[in-house]
Amino acid sequence: MLQGISNEAFILGCSAIGAGLAMIAGFGGALGEGIATGMACQAIGRQPEAQGEITRTMVLGFAITETNGIYSLVIAIILLFVRPLLAGL
Amino acid sequence: MEIAVIYNGNEFIIPNTTISAIIIAIFLIIVAVIVSLKIKKAKAEEAPSGFLNVIELLVETMDNMVKSNMGEKNMSFSPFILTLMVFIAACNLSGLFGLTPPTSDFGFIFMVALIVFIIAQINHMKSIGIPKYLKGFTEPYALMTPLNIISELSNPISMSFRVFGNILSGGLVTTLLYTALGNFSPLIAPLHIYLDIFVGLLQAFVFVMLTMVSINTGEN
Repeated sequence: MLQGISNEAFILGCSAIGAGLAMIAGFGGALGEGIATGMACQAIGRQPEAQGEITRTMVLGFAITETNGIYSLVIAIILLFVRPLLAGL
Repeated sequence: MEIAVIYNGNEFIIPNTTISAIIIAIFLIIVAVIVSLKIKKAKAEEAPSGFLNVIELLVETMDNMVKSNMGEKNMSFSPFILTLMVFIAACNLSGLFGLTPPTSDFGFIFMVALIVFIIAQINHMKSIGIPKYLKGFTEPYALMTPLNIISELSNPISMSFRVFGNILSGGLVTTLLYTALGNFSPLIAPLHIYLDIFVGLLQAFVFVMLTMVSINTGEN
């Protein structure tokens, strides 16, 4: 089945699959941010006067939670557009 | 609008992200000069008018933020941090005006993060002294030293990747949608409100927050 495929096409296809797999990491970040938002809503419900402080902490926490999603995005972008694996041919 | 420069027979290409960074810097310098001229003309006993009011609000908010995050004695960092925030926000928003956002170039934002990293390290050394600073790397065990050094070095990388990834992905998503929708592409114009304005301002804010945290750690 693989006989008609050139080496370059094979590597490009595998890179695309790898980029797709890398983006699964977005799952963790999304889950964490959802939980954090829910907790922040609870905290604001309990202490409405601390809303500013809670929101600021939440946004900062988002930024740090997002990091692994961004890493996977960078890996996917590199795989798709820079194609480092093609250089190994 | 890439520019090729020939120097000593070698050809260098100046990428358009660098050119837009220079344009933004010149624009911000002009704005700063205008603001300082206006401040000199303004009278202290009168309430500031429109434009000056916004600037005053910005400076006051940043002062309060620095005070609550870094304490009274680090107030001298406030101008630097406000400059950083305005510059990164302007860079992120420049995509709306047809420039290539400089923050979508990893080299650019990594240099900004490196400046912050070096300032943070020098500030730690100054505040607790070099022997204590070096000893901080061997906490809690001497075995942890390589891990501590790596975690310190990964700071600028993660800070710059965050802004870079967000801005680049925003640009990629809008480009993909514009290509996919063809004649219907004006429909997705509202998406710029989220991808360019909201994400751009939020990332500038987050970068500045992390700057304050990284400059402040290690001293109480």
